Amino acid sequence: MPPLGKFLSPQHGFWQNAEPVNKSYNEELSFPGLKDAASVYFDERLVPHVFAQNDDDLYFIQGFLHAKFRLWQMDFQTEAAAGNVSAIIGDKAIQYDREQRRLGMVYAAERAIEETKKDPQTTAAFAAYEKGVNAYISMLTESSLPLEYKLLDDHPRQWTNLKTALLLKMMAKMLSSGTENDLLNTNAKSLFSMDEFKMIYPQVNDSLEPIVPKGTVFEKPGIVPVKPSTADSLYFGKKDTVAYSEVSKPDKNNGSNNWVVAGSKTKSGSPILCNDPHLELSFPSIWYEIQLTSPGNNVYGVSLPGTPFVIIGFNDSIAWGVTNAQRDVKDYYEIKFKDKTKQEYWFNGAWTKAEQRVEHIKVKGGADYLDTVAYTVFGPVMFDESFSNELSHQKNYAIRWVAHDPSNEGGAIYKLNRANNYAEYENAIRTFQCPGQNFVFASKTGDIAIWQQGKFPARWDGQGLFAMPGEDSSYMWQGFIPQQENPHSKNPALGFLHSANERAADSTYPYFIPGNYIIPRGIRIVNRLKEMNGITVEDMMKLQYDYFNVFAEDARSILLKYVKENELDANGKKYVDMVKNWDLQASPNSTGQTVFQTWWDSLEVEIWKDDITRVKPAANWPESQTLMELLKKDSAMKFIDNINTPQKETLFDVVTSAIKKASADLQKEETAGKLEWTKHKDPTIYHLLKTILPFARTGIPVGGNGDIVNAVTKSHGPSWRMIVQLTAQTEAYVVYPGGQVGNPGSKYYDQFVDTWAQGKYYTAWFMKKGEEKDARAKWTMQFKKG
Amino acid sequence: MKFIVAFILTALLSYAAALYFPWWSIAVAAFVVAALVPQKPFKAFLSAFLAVFLLWAILAFIIDANNDHLLSGKISQLLLKVKSSLLMIAITGFVGGLTAGFAALSGSYLRKSN
Repeated sequence: MPPLGKFLSPQHGFWQNAEPVNKSYNEELSFPGLKDAASVYFDERLVPHVFAQNDDDLYFIQGFLHAKFRLWQMDFQTEAAAGNVSAIIGDKAIQYDREQRRLGMVYAAERAIEETKKDPQTTAAFAAYEKGVNAYISMLTESSLPLEYKLLDDHPRQWTNLKTALLLKMMAKMLSSGTENDLLNTNAKSLFSMDEFKMIYPQVNDSLEPIVPKGTVFEKPGIVPVKPSTADSLYFGKKDTVAYSEVSKPDKNNGSNNWVVAGSKTKSGSPILCNDPHLELSFPSIWYEIQLTSPGNNVYGVSLPGTPFVIIGFNDSIAWGVTNAQRDVKDYYEIKFKDKTKQEYWFNGAWTKAEQRVEHIKVKGGADYLDTVAYTVFGPVMFDESFSNELSHQKNYAIRWVAHDPSNEGGAIYKLNRANNYAEYENAIRTFQCPGQNFVFASKTGDIAIWQQGKFPARWDGQGLFAMPGEDSSYMWQGFIPQQENPHSKNPALGFLHSANERAADSTYPYFIPGNYIIPRGIRIVNRLKEMNGITVEDMMKLQYDYFNVFAEDARSILLKYVKENELDANGKKYVDMVKNWDLQASPNSTGQTVFQTWWDSLEVEIWKDDITRVKPAANWPESQTLMELLKKDSAMKFIDNINTPQKETLFDVVTSAIKKASADLQKEETAGKLEWTKHKDPTIYHLLKTILPFARTGIPVGGNGDIVNAVTKSHGPSWRMIVQLTAQTEAYVVYPGGQVGNPGSKYYDQFVDTWAQGKYYTAWFMKKGEEKDARAKWTMQFKKG
Repeated sequence: MKFIVAFILTALLSYAAALYFPWWSIAVAAFVVAALVPQKPFKAFLSAFLAVFLLWAILAFIIDANNDHLLSGKISQLLLKVKSSLLMIAITGFVGGLTAGFAALSGSYLRKSN
C-alpha cells in the first residue's frame, strides 16, 4: 500500500500518470550529451523512427526513448536480474534474490562488460545508451515518476552499462538456464536403469524434424571429447539423489518459431521471413518497436528496453529472426569442502582455495541479508546446506554455465543490424555465445539461411545429463564445438528453412547435444511449408496463427483405438464423441481440444504417476511427444502397468480409466461454462507485478497451446509476430501483445492486444528520408545539442 | 465572509504550493490560512476541508475526463475492489480535504492559544 496522500494527490500521485487520450508527443529537447541534431518521428502506433547523424546520438536517443516509455520495466527487470528485488518489495523476495546471486548473474554481467570493453563500437553504444537513459531520469520529478514507482514507494536508479549487461544475462537465464534437468535426471537415474532412462527421456525423438534438413552431411568433428574411465561407476552407475530445486526456474515453453521461404516458393519471387518468439506475455511487453537510422545503418524491428540495437528485425538488405536453441549449457558438479567455512575444496588431489563472494542483499524495511557464495574452478556453488532447502544431505553443487563466460552478445547484434548480405550476417553472429539461438536469415539477393549459433560444450555421450563429480578435472568440459560446426544450412533444395525449438540436427550430428526440445510445432511447420507453393504474406499470417494440433493427430488415434466405450457412462461416451468429431483445431471455441487435452493429461497420470513419483524427491515428467511415440511403437510398453496394483493394466485399461477420470473434471468445466478451449485456458497477460490484476488483461479470446504453432498458453506465447517480404520495397507486417507505452494510465498500454488476438497485423512503416511530411509521421521529437 | 475568504485562500495556496513542493504542502497552506484568518475551529476545519476536497476532486475530475477514465478505473479496482472512477475522485477529494481540514484545525487552535 503506497502512502495515501502522496499517491492520491492530483498534482503528485497516480493522477499525474493518467495521460490525456489526445496527448501530443511533439517535443523539442536539448542535451549537452548529444553531438548533433536528430529527429524522431512517431507514427500513430507510437513507433519511433529515429534519424540521427551519428551512432552515439542514435543510441543516446534509443536510451532516452526506452526510458521515457518503459523506464520502470527496464529498471525493475535489471534489479531483479541482479537479485535486488528485496530492496524494492521487502523480505518476501530474499530467496529469489539469493538464487539470482548464487546463479552468478552479476558475476556474469561483470564479465560480459569486461569482454565488451575490447570492442570500441559496442562500448560506445552502451555508453551513449546509458547517457540517454540517465538524461531522461534526470528530467523526472515526483509528479512524473512512472506509476509503479509510486505504487511501490520507490525511485529510479541511475542507469549503467552493467544494467544493460544484466538485461542480456536475464535473457540468458530465461533461455539457457531452464533447458537442463540435471538434478531431476540425477534422481531419475537413482531408480531407472540407463535403458529405461533413455526410453523415458530420449535424446532424439522418432518424429523429429530437425532444423538443418535431414540428410545434411556433417564434417568429421574437430574435437572428440573423451569419457573419463570412471564414468560407469562414479557417474552413470551412481545412485544417489539431489533434493535441491530452483526458486524461479524458467518456463520450458520459452520457445519460438521462425521460418523462411525462398523466392522459388513465393508468389512474389522474393524470400519471406517469419518469426514469433514465445515468451512470458507481460505488461509492459518485453519488446519495444523502433526504427533506427544513422549513416550506414537503417534498421527496423523490436528492441529490448534496457539494451541498444534492434534484436529481431530487418534492414535495407536483409531480415533475421531468432528462436531459442533450447540446448543444455549448464551443468552441476558436486563439491567437497574442507569445512563449513567453504574456504577450501578438494580438487585434483589437493585442498584448493575457493573465492568467496559476499552478497549484500538490501531488504526494504529490514536488515541487510548477507549471503556468502563460494566460487570454484567450475563456477559459483549455487546449492549448499544454506540454499535452497533443508533436505540437502549436506551436498554442495557448483554450476558450470556458458552464460558465465566472457562474451559480447551486444557486439554481434550491433553488426547484425548493419549486415547487408549472407557473409556479413554469418560474420556478425559468430561471436554470439549465450543464449544459443537459431538465427534465421533472408536477403534481398535471394539467399535464405539458418544457423544455430551459440557457444556449446563438446560433450562425451551422456556428459552433463546428470550432476557430475567435482573432485577433479576429469569431468570438466574438454572444449567447445568449433563455431563452424554449429548446425547450419543455406539455400537448401527444399526452398525453406525453419526452427521451432526442436533438436537442431538428427542423430548423424557428431556431438552429444542434450536439451529441452519441443517437437510438434516443427513438424506442423515443415508439413505446411512442404506442401505450399506460390506463398503469399497472407499464407504466412495464417501459418503463424495456425491452430492445428499435430500432436493430437497421432495421440487421438491412440486414445480412440484403445478406449473401451462399452464401459463408459453416457457422459464418458459424450466426451469420446467430442474427440471423435473434433477437427483437430485448437481454436478458441473448440470443445474437442479441451476434452482431448484433459483426456491425454489424465492418461499421462495413469501411465507415469506410479513410476515417476517413485523417484525421490522428484523427477522430470516425461514429454507428451515421447509417450505418444512409445505407445505408437509398442502398445504393451512396460510403463503402462500400474506397479501399485496386483493386476497388469493394459493400454485399453488405462485409456479407459483416463477418460473416466477426465469426465468428472470435464463435467465440472462444462457446468461452469468452461468447456470451450479459451474459457478453459483463460489466456491472460499479467503486469510484471503479477499481483496487480487490474493492470492485466484476462480472458483474451485466443486458442492454441505450447505445442501448436500459435503457441498461446495461459500467459505465454508469441510475444512478437513478424513477417518480412524482401521485395525491392521491403514489406513488413508486425504485431505484439502489448503497446508502446508502459504506463497503465495510457491508452497505448495494451493497444495491440486485440489485433494480436485476432491474428491481424500492422503494416510496418519503414520510413525513408524525405518522408518527414508524410501523414504517417504524427508527432515529431526534435533533439539538439545544448 | 471569513469562511469564504479562508476557503478561497486555502484552495489557491494549496494549488500553488503543490506545484513546487511535496503533496503535504496543502497541509501547510491550510494551517497558515487558519492561523491568519480568525474562525472558530470547526469552521476553520470545514472551510479547509471543502477547499481542498473541491480542489483535488475537480483536478482529478478534469484529469480523469481527459484520460477517458482509464487509470482511475484500474486504481479503484486495485484499492477499492470496485471499478468506479467517481468513487476514486471522491476518495481523492476526501483524503485531501481531511488532510487540509486537520491542518486548519491545528492552525486555528494555535491562533486561539495565542
